[in-house]
Amino acid sequence: MDMSRRQFLRGAAGAVATAAAAPVAEAAAPFAPREPKQLPPKAIGMLYDSTQCIGCKACVAACKEANGKPVEQPQHLAQWNEGTWDTAEDISGKTLNVIRVYQNGAMAEKDREVNGYAFVKRHCLHCVDPSCISVCPVSAMQKNPVTGIVTHNPDACIGCRYCVYGCPFNVPHYQFDEPFGRIAKCQLCSHLLAENPLFSSRDNAAVAAQAGTSATALWKKSRIPACCDVCPTGASLFGWVEELQAEAERRLALKPGEMYEFPRGLLGGDRPAQAAPIGHYQPHIYGEKESGGTQVRYLTGVPHEKLGLPKLPDHSFAAVSEGMQHTLYKGLIAPVALLGGLVFLARRNAREDDERKNDEERPS
Amino acid sequence: MTAITHRPLGGHIVTKPFLILGIFVLIAAYFILRRFLFGMGDVSNMSNGYPIGTWVVLDVVIGTAFGCGGFAMALLVYIFNRKAYHPLMRPALLGGVFGYTLAGLAVMIDLGRYWNAFNLLMPWYAQPNSVIFEVALCVMAYITVLWLEFWPAFLERIPSEFKQRFGLDKLHAFLKRYMYVLVAVGVLLPTMHQSSLGSVLLILGSKLSPLWYTAWLPLLYLISALAMGYGVVMLEATLVNRAFKTPSEAALFARLARVAAGLLVGFLLLRWGDLTYRGHLGLAFVGDWDGNLFLIETVLFLAPIFVLLSRRRASQRWQFLAAVCLLAAGSLYRLDSYLMAVQPGNGWTYFPSAPELLITIGVVCLEIMLYLLFIKTLPVLPGSTAESHGRPS
Repeated sequence: MDMSRRQFLRGAAGAVATAAAAPVAEAAAPFAPREPKQLPPKAIGMLYDSTQCIGCKACVAACKEANGKPVEQPQHLAQWNEGTWDTAEDISGKTLNVIRVYQNGAMAEKDREVNGYAFVKRHCLHCVDPSCISVCPVSAMQKNPVTGIVTHNPDACIGCRYCVYGCPFNVPHYQFDEPFGRIAKCQLCSHLLAENPLFSSRDNAAVAAQAGTSATALWKKSRIPACCDVCPTGASLFGWVEELQAEAERRLALKPGEMYEFPRGLLGGDRPAQAAPIGHYQPHIYGEKESGGTQVRYLTGVPHEKLGLPKLPDHSFAAVSEGMQHTLYKGLIAPVALLGGLVFLARRNAREDDERKNDEERPS
Repeated sequence: MTAITHRPLGGHIVTKPFLILGIFVLIAAYFILRRFLFGMGDVSNMSNGYPIGTWVVLDVVIGTAFGCGGFAMALLVYIFNRKAYHPLMRPALLGGVFGYTLAGLAVMIDLGRYWNAFNLLMPWYAQPNSVIFEVALCVMAYITVLWLEFWPAFLERIPSEFKQRFGLDKLHAFLKRYMYVLVAVGVLLPTMHQSSLGSVLLILGSKLSPLWYTAWLPLLYLISALAMGYGVVMLEATLVNRAFKTPSEAALFARLARVAAGLLVGFLLLRWGDLTYRGHLGLAFVGDWDGNLFLIETVLFLAPIFVLLSRRRASQRWQFLAAVCLLAAGSLYRLDSYLMAVQPGNGWTYFPSAPELLITIGVVCLEIMLYLLFIKTLPVLPGSTAESHGRPS
């Protein structure tokens, strides 16, 4: 009896403690995080340069139009509009993209932390290793294996809102004011991008050959996400993530105040560039490493925490969570072994019981 | 499986407390209707900063821990072969049946796209990396197992001629014979999903205070579920004992108390040891919201340990107080880690609205009503009830 009890205890604790020695982000954890995910082969994304943003909100209006979302007018801002202006303050179930403003003191100078102001764009960052996909119980969140765009399928979605709970950037938003609400999030206008065969296959050459043109030509004539399409200064720039990263590094390497030709719309496209001085950047490209990396990169003049871009570790919490799940449930070995032990003990104890009962009954 | 006899308590079903509970259920039903007609925002204060509110945290995360009496007792009685506790098994199981079934009901109210809920069972939508997926399947399976484990209580009530005519006696014999399989599954499933309720929080990362966020969350959740399971058994038995003047089981509980106290000691050692090792223990004493919540939890966890390990544990009154304290400690731990110690940033705050809380309260009242109905009409409580009420079996 005692023997098997100890065995059982070992079995139960073993499931949790087998990998007790394995190191994890925080030492002395009982498991190792899952391997980090890599940027998809043809990852596309955005570079948002806060110092170039003039806060015109053309991108907000264009986003609503492209995605069929209604104008938002919170009650407490009613005095600012007479029913025409979209006064969304943050992303919501009806606003996938928004420009927010940082204000400090006298707000005398743009992109200055003290007595200054700055703009920041809020939408999905299309994580390399997204938490929303990791938590979704019904695979409603998907990451495109070619482009890396994180999309949402409302027909699968059960509305449990764990994507909202788990997203480190608070991006997916549920429509609480609707009886049949949906999860809303930026999908990088994937419905517009879908018109270009370039984004449907890993093989550039094959796609270009089939279309009878070159990959570069296909790229140049691509429709692009609405926010980048209308941005007048190139603050929102669409492109291949690797090229956007190089562009961001180029800007960081230049001296503040130096004139620079800022590409607009599509990085590597044909639009005329916007000549403007280089901003006083924080020496950090936000989104390169945060939460295991994202496909949207930010250059800002004000520290990113001030703009609502949270400080995050270099690994995704999805890797931590899945590391735990894979340790406990790998091949279902631990649960099956535990079940085996439980069945054995329950059966033996039940039998003992029956025998005892029979012994008691026999004499009478 | 055993020679223990259970008897229905008998007595009137529609009593004054029953009616008062019923009023709360009706109020909740009104707000539930509004939720389905006008959306969740109409009745709840949940937001996209705090998308998980009291329906999930109180009714599911804490509610299922209250439903762990069956799990905790099955582990003791059938796996560790402590047959002395067997009389407590069936009432504990019934608590589990309703705790879990109504948690399932709360989930259906809370799901934003409830008409898609079946997708959880569709293999092509399955997402095995998701902790919530595992919790959902596990809880669904466990609700089924709980009803099957409880099924003999129904069968015992059916007249034997009737049972013979419809072959129900064979079903009864079958269930009895293979009950050990159900028992084993009924221990495995809560072990899995109660620990997973802790794993769910691993995704929060820096949104959750380091006082709660640790890789040991699953084990801490499992231990707290078991401790709360024993706590709820003590609480339930004391209340039933007082209300219906059944014989006291205080002597039996004095032994159970040591098991519960041992679990609480283990919980605190693991939690404080881990915090010390990671160097975050200092956060407990900085006097802020999170730190103070942590200290309140710790006091609530320590109090029942002292009572349950002292001589006072033999007294029914102290047992009751210790059980209340234990359940409060475990509930606060769960409430803090899911809501109160979560900081999504950007100025989000959350406090439940009155209709939101009334729905939660209504679900709990329904649970108590059904529990009362079942112990009065079905053989649930141990057989030595007052003759005037009990039926001969």
